[in-house]
Amino acid sequence: MPSTQAYLMLSGTLFAVGLVGVIIRRNMITVLMCIELMLNAVNINLVAFSHHIASLEGQVFTIFVITIAAGEAAVGLAIIIQLYRLRSTINVDEARTLHG
Amino acid sequence: MMTWGDALFLLPELVLALGASLLLIAPVVGRGETRRSGDSAKWAMLALLAITAGAVFLSSWGVQSVHQSRGFRAMFALDGFSLFFKLLFLVILALVTLLSDGYLRGTRYSAWEYYSLLAFALCGMFFMASGIHLATIYVGLELMSLSSYILAGYFKNEQKSTEAAMKYFVLGAVSSAILLYGISLIYGVTGTLSLVGVSNAMATLVTNDALMFGIMMLGAGLCFKIAAAPFHVWTPDVYEGAPTPVTAFLSTASKAAAFAIFARIFYVGVHHFRLDWQYVLAIVAALSMILGNLAAITQDNVKRMLAYSSIGHAGYVLLGIISVSEMGLRGILVYSVVYVFATLGIWATVLMLQQQEYAGELVDDFEGLHRRAPFWAFAMVVFLLSLGGIPPTAGFIGKYFLFYAAVGAGFGWLAIIAVLMSAVSMFFYFRLVMAMYLREGREDALPAQGTLRFVAAICLVVTLLFGILPSPLIDQARISGRGVAARAALVTPNGR
Repeated sequence: MPSTQAYLMLSGTLFAVGLVGVIIRRNMITVLMCIELMLNAVNINLVAFSHHIASLEGQVFTIFVITIAAGEAAVGLAIIIQLYRLRSTINVDEARTLHG
Repeated sequence: MMTWGDALFLLPELVLALGASLLLIAPVVGRGETRRSGDSAKWAMLALLAITAGAVFLSSWGVQSVHQSRGFRAMFALDGFSLFFKLLFLVILALVTLLSDGYLRGTRYSAWEYYSLLAFALCGMFFMASGIHLATIYVGLELMSLSSYILAGYFKNEQKSTEAAMKYFVLGAVSSAILLYGISLIYGVTGTLSLVGVSNAMATLVTNDALMFGIMMLGAGLCFKIAAAPFHVWTPDVYEGAPTPVTAFLSTASKAAAFAIFARIFYVGVHHFRLDWQYVLAIVAALSMILGNLAAITQDNVKRMLAYSSIGHAGYVLLGIISVSEMGLRGILVYSVVYVFATLGIWATVLMLQQQEYAGELVDDFEGLHRRAPFWAFAMVVFLLSLGGIPPTAGFIGKYFLFYAAVGAGFGWLAIIAVLMSAVSMFFYFRLVMAMYLREGREDALPAQGTLRFVAAICLVVTLLFGILPSPLIDQARISGRGVAARAALVTPNGR
């Protein structure tokens, strides 16, 4: 059984990978995957803490997070599809009708 | 176990969830007539809001004090604070519904789904107002955010609208993830997700890195939701691209809801470490006020200008959170009301111009409004004065409390920045006033706009009334904030 620290390091790394990915990746699908990565890093954190302090609250919360992540993916994919229909690309950089 | 008492607690939310689902199915089961008619959708939505208002009063009827008002193992509270915000949300949603009506009728998008999404977002906002557990607050926040992403992209064949939805979605989802990571760290250190539990655990802890990191990430996520400065980049684009009634909704209701959870979490949950986070939030507030108000000067598009000015207003409200005082909390409550009505009035004016010639977004479109529509020009001046915080309007009262609270908490320099930036904001607000009164524009009269005029009149009356007679609002804010202030040990539970 790895220690709680090991889980926290894993989750910290995954979260950082996700955050960097959102910032540097230009493909909307990849961005969506990076967001999912960040949410799953949180889930690892919550479950590891839940095990560490022997309280079930964190694991129950994880189920809520997973559910919401699914809803978020659905909304995100719908927006991506609509974006593709309108301009035949899902590159984030080419979405610049709104200047700012 | 869910008991009947618990069900009564959740009555308004249950009514809303059921009503929102019905609004979604109505056009499918209805005949061709109802399917197309935006009029019946509007009345259905207003009826739902009225029933919900009844449910809110029914469920809070028996509530005597803060201590008897917690349901579901202390996840959900029915206190003065939640009641105050729930009634505010209901009024905003009713006004937004009236604003949306004419706008939607000119398009081929379904009104039923639109109102259904608004009702779902309202349901999420109710959970945010009542949540006293980080899980409840998070789920409510996401329900509101997911509905808002869809609403921002509601005009799905418009590039602008879809692009706004995309930007809002990506940045919103990232900020939610950051907020969640903060929650997970706080859970790891304190061992609980309930705000009161977190507060009790923190009372015995000394500052440690994991906890500070958690609080900072939680704060960063919340700052995104209220559009405070380093996390504000989405605001102008989303406000410009989203359909204007949706922008009105985002800049009032969802912002007020974010203020509510921000205040609740920082006053009830993490107030023991205020010395550590006050200064960080003070810098965020200063940045928001400076950046928001300075960037607004150069904008020619009214929607973008208001977006930047709303970033500045987020900075003012942060003063109330930073001060952690009874006065600051009262300021947040008063300012939410004041800001909401002035902003909704301005959106009504923009919509009025937009419906005429599909313009109204540019400052130039306001030229000569004084001659074409004297009522609208006058109302607009009052709303702008209120946002700028000039005395006979309600905006002054809100700012007075916030600035006073900041000075009281030892943040005099922040109050000075706030006053200076209010003066700067008058500069770009007066660009609009000058365009309306001093410059010549088109001369043709505008046709009557019954519903929009009604909305603007309500906002005008509220803005002037609370400016001249502020004591009912102030007293109500004091009573409503008492429970939360007591949790932060700022007042005794039953006292004063």
